[in-house]
Formats: sequence, C-alpha cells, structure tokens
Amino acid sequence: MTAIIKAVKLEKTYRDEIETIALRGLDFSVEKGEFISIMGPSGSGKSTLLHILGFLDRLTGGDYLFEEKSMNDYSDEGLAQVRNEKMGFIFQAFNLLPRTSVLENVKLPLLYSDVKESLWDEMALKAIDSVGMSHRKDYEPAHLSGGEKQRIAIARALVNNPSVIFADEPTGNLDSKSGSQVMEILEKLHIEGHTIILVTHETYTAEYAHRLIKIKDGLIEVDQIVEQKHKHQNGFFK
Amino acid sequence: MHIKYTVKTAFRGLTINKMRSFLTLLGIVIGITAIILIMSLGQGAQNLILSQIQSMGPKVIAIAPGRQPQGITDMLSTFTDSLKEKDVAELQKKNNVPHLAEIMPIVFGSQTAVYENEAYRPTILGVTGLFTKIYNIYPSEGRIFTDEEVKGYADVVIVGSKVKDQLFGNDSALGQRIKIKGKNFRIIGIFPKTGQVSFLNFDDIAIIPYTTAQQYIFGIKYFNRIVVEADSEENVNRTVNDIKITLRNNHNISDSSKDDFFVETQAEALKMVSSITDIFTLFLAAIAAISLFVGGIGIMNIMLVSVTERTREIGLRKALGATGKNILIQFLLEAIMLTTMGGIIGIALGIFLSFIVSFILGHYLALVWQFSIPVLAIILGLGIATLIGLVFGIYPARKASRKSPMEALRYE
Repeated sequence: MTAIIKAVKLEKTYRDEIETIALRGLDFSVEKGEFISIMGPSGSGKSTLLHILGFLDRLTGGDYLFEEKSMNDYSDEGLAQVRNEKMGFIFQAFNLLPRTSVLENVKLPLLYSDVKESLWDEMALKAIDSVGMSHRKDYEPAHLSGGEKQRIAIARALVNNPSVIFADEPTGNLDSKSGSQVMEILEKLHIEGHTIILVTHETYTAEYAHRLIKIKDGLIEVDQIVEQKHKHQNGFFK
Repeated sequence: MHIKYTVKTAFRGLTINKMRSFLTLLGIVIGITAIILIMSLGQGAQNLILSQIQSMGPKVIAIAPGRQPQGITDMLSTFTDSLKEKDVAELQKKNNVPHLAEIMPIVFGSQTAVYENEAYRPTILGVTGLFTKIYNIYPSEGRIFTDEEVKGYADVVIVGSKVKDQLFGNDSALGQRIKIKGKNFRIIGIFPKTGQVSFLNFDDIAIIPYTTAQQYIFGIKYFNRIVVEADSEENVNRTVNDIKITLRNNHNISDSSKDDFFVETQAEALKMVSSITDIFTLFLAAIAAISLFVGGIGIMNIMLVSVTERTREIGLRKALGATGKNILIQFLLEAIMLTTMGGIIGIALGIFLSFIVSFILGHYLALVWQFSIPVLAIILGLGIATLIGLVFGIYPARKASRKSPMEALRYE
C-alpha cells in the first residue's frame, strides 16, 4: 500500500525579524484510511505541521509528498486546486459564512471546483445528510448551536469527497457532549474509509484515533498505534 | 469560475452592510448626476441656440448704447441716451454704410395696459414695420403697422398671445382699444404663441410705432437699440466696421476705447451665450470630476475596511480552494457593482433633475426648450462608474487576493 502522505526530513523555519525553527526534520507517512491524531503542547509545531500537510503553507526544508507528488512541484494555484479537490478542512472556530444558509455554506468548496453547477445541490444535501443535519439545511449559522455548526463544517469538508480530512482542534470551542458527537461523526467517517488527520490537545478526542503522533519542540516524540477504547461504545451511530 | 455564483457572492458581500454601501455610493451618485445634467442640459442649450440663429438670421446686427458690459453687474452702463434719431439718419446714408439693407430703432420698457376692468403689464416695444421681418414673427390675425403710421405717431398696437389672453380671454381682441399710460391704442394685430426668442418673450410684448412710444409712453428722445440688417452674410463684418466709424464720427469719438455704444452681431451674441453655457458645463464637469474622485477614494477606503474585516472569510475561501485570482475577482466585482449601482442611481437622478430644469425653463421662462437625454450620456455615465470601480477597487482586491489562507485563519 502506498502512502497518501509522506514527510521526508520535513523542516519549517519562520524568518521574520527573528528566525524561529518550528519543525526540525520530521519523517512519517500516512496510509489511506488511517485516523491519526497529532498532539503536543502549544508551540510544539503541531499547527505548523497541519498547515503544511494541508497545503496552506510552504515547507522550508526536506520534502512532503502528497499522493506521491512533491509539494514543491505545485504552483500556488496548484496547491489551491489540491486543497479544493483532495482535502477537507475542519476548524476550531467553524468558519461558516454568516447570513448564509447551511446549504450555501456547504456548497462553498464547489464554487472553486470544476464540478457542474447542476450537481451542487445534490452533493451538498448528501453531505448535510451524512452529518444528520438535513432538517437545518435552510438555517443560518447564527441560529445553530456550536455542535451543529461544527457538524455543518464537517459536511462542508466532505462535500467534494476529499482524500484526506484535516481537523484543527474541532472540539476546542464545544462542550464535552457536543464534542463527543462531533468525534463520533469523525469516527463514522473513518469507518466509511476516509483518511483523517486530527490536531488536538485533548486526550479524550485523541483517543478516537488509531494512531497517535506526539510532537515536542519540532520533533516527533511518539508515533504509536492506539488501543481503541471508544470503539462503538455508547456510539452515536450504532 | 462559475459566473452566476461569483456575482451572487459579490452581491452578498455588499448587502451585509447595506447602509455603509449606500453612503459610500453618494460621491459616485453626485458625480454621475452631474455628468447626465451636463450632457442633457448642454444638448438643450445647443438646441435653443440653434433655434435662435434660425429665427434671427445671421445678417442682423444690434447696436446698443453705452460701452460693452463686462458682466451682469455692468448692464446698467447700457442705459444711456447716446443713440439718437440723427445716428439712424447717418447710418442710412449709402456712403457711410453701403451694405446696410434695413435699419430699425427700438425703444422699450414696461407699462400697464388696460382693457375695461382687466390690466396687464407687458413689455412695450417701440419699433417699425420691419420688426416682423427681422425677428421672423408675423401676426396670426391682423397686420403690422405701415411706415406712414410710424411717421404719423399712430395709436396702433400689436399684442403677444399672452397679453391678448390676459386682457380679453377668449373674446376677440382685433379692433378693440386698450389704454397704455392713459392713451388709447387700437389693436391691429395679434402675434401667435411663440415663447422666448433671443432675450425676448414674444408672448408677453405689445409693439407700437417707436415714434409714439418715444413721444407718449416713455417721454424720451433716444433709442434703446438700433437694429441693422446687412445685405448679405459676407458683408456683416464690414458693415459692423462701417457702423462703428459712422457712429464715432457722429459722436466725435477719436479713441475706440471711449465708445459710447457697442455693436453686436448674431455670431457674437451666440458666442456670449455659448460662453455662458461653457462656464456652466465647466462648473458641472468640475463637480463631476471632484465628486467622482472623492467617491472613488471612498470606495477604495470602504473596500480596504471590508478586506480587513473579512480576512477570516478570505482565508477560509482560500483554504477551501479559492485561488488568488478568484478572490481578486470577487472583491473587484464588489467594487464595480457598488460603483455601477451608484451610476444607475446617478443616471436616474440626473434624468429626473434635467426633466425638472427643462420643465422650469419651458413653462416659467417660456424658453423653447427641448427635454432630451442623449443615449451617449447614459452609456458614458455607466462606463465611468464601472471604470471608477475598476480603478479604485483593484488595490483592495489585490490586497485581499494576497492574503495567505493560513494567516487568515489564524486571525482572531
């Protein structure tokens, strides 16, 4: 099986007024269908890693191959296209457009795709249905709870049927009950075959993943398979 | 790119801050309104001037007393008694002004005309029978007075349509007698409804022989104007010179700067009118330019604010696959839609205002004024509005397009 994501001596140095080394040469790879959580204290470089893996930022050393093609071979437009077609993003702050219906929010990635407009509604409704939010499709984000907002954001990440879903602290703004619901949806997506990379600092969310990568001071400290405690217990989808 | 959604997205961006969008538009609205006014009223003024050349004829030369007025406040200098009967006699001599075809003195003033219980105050013009020929206006009923009536101080009058209506209503006026300054005048002619021509409202005049007007109405021995017609258009300039030389000789003036009269041709009168409309046009054009520039800066300012406010949205769109170009087009389109909307409002307002102005000029000043909106004005207005959106929107849009998806998401 080939790696969907492969980091080779991945380095990132910020050069503003002072030089900050965020990543000091990371080596790891991710197979299709894996559910990985990345943990680490703040300042460890985990957000930087997610930005690079998600094609949001460039690396400064080593190499990063996404679906066997080096990131360095892409132009900025090329990166945008990969983000649009192959990646889905879930953010801590949801980032839904205000005064815009759930349906329109979920359609957003399709605006920048080559997908025919006639298919958009169908695709968006399918994604909304998969997070159990069909009854809210005409609502505006202001009228949704935090958990509901994050489920819509997951639907938006799913709409283009991506190869990898990146989730950056998806439960950080949620209470534990909503957080669990969101995690159970991610778990369900994993079972359906999606590759998920989750950045978190909460142990209970990290435990949904099958593999844990711990980062400290820009280096991988731990990379291990996790025993599944949550697996289908009290599951939201059973 | 999906055009429908790009437009929809840009439109949504504007509607989020409706009041702010509207206030930002005002500069553009005022500028475009001014452009429409310039072009619409300019066209109207041109039509008016053209109709005047046609009615007066290019061979007509007017001589006025006093020195040439240097402005509106200087008009009083024309109220002098420097033009007399003797000047008319000298000008009529073939060896003085060989190309003179016709000559007519004019005296004028305002006096009350009374018929039974009705009274009205028209402009009284003392002229000769040539009046109809020079001004190209003929009585629709009755006739103009003869040279004998002029020489004989006859008590005859031809009235304008409004004067007739005011004094007689729908009754017949021809042959009736009206009193002007206590003297009875017989109505021998009535002019058709004509409106404003040159500086006279022909509906509001009563013309009588100049001899009668000097003797009985105004009690003066001088003329307010002498109108001369040259025998051909080519000889107008030569005739003007001859008139000046003759009058200077007659008035013992050696230095032309001490002239106590001035001579004006139709071409010059036209030049003066068009110089007034030029000033008006320049004034409106300046307003248009300034308000469009300030309006454009306003658009740029508000778009920059919008870009900063929506850093997170821009980042999100980029993270989800929008390219810099997508973002550039979105924000540029917002700016253009904003200014185009301003343009449309400005065009509507401009059409409305120039209609009002036309209405006032036509009904209250009785000018022969045609309301017209040149299609070019509308195209130009829309074009300029769009261009301003493009010019002043490009910088904020570029700024938006350069935001990094990651930086944008970090923003709190």
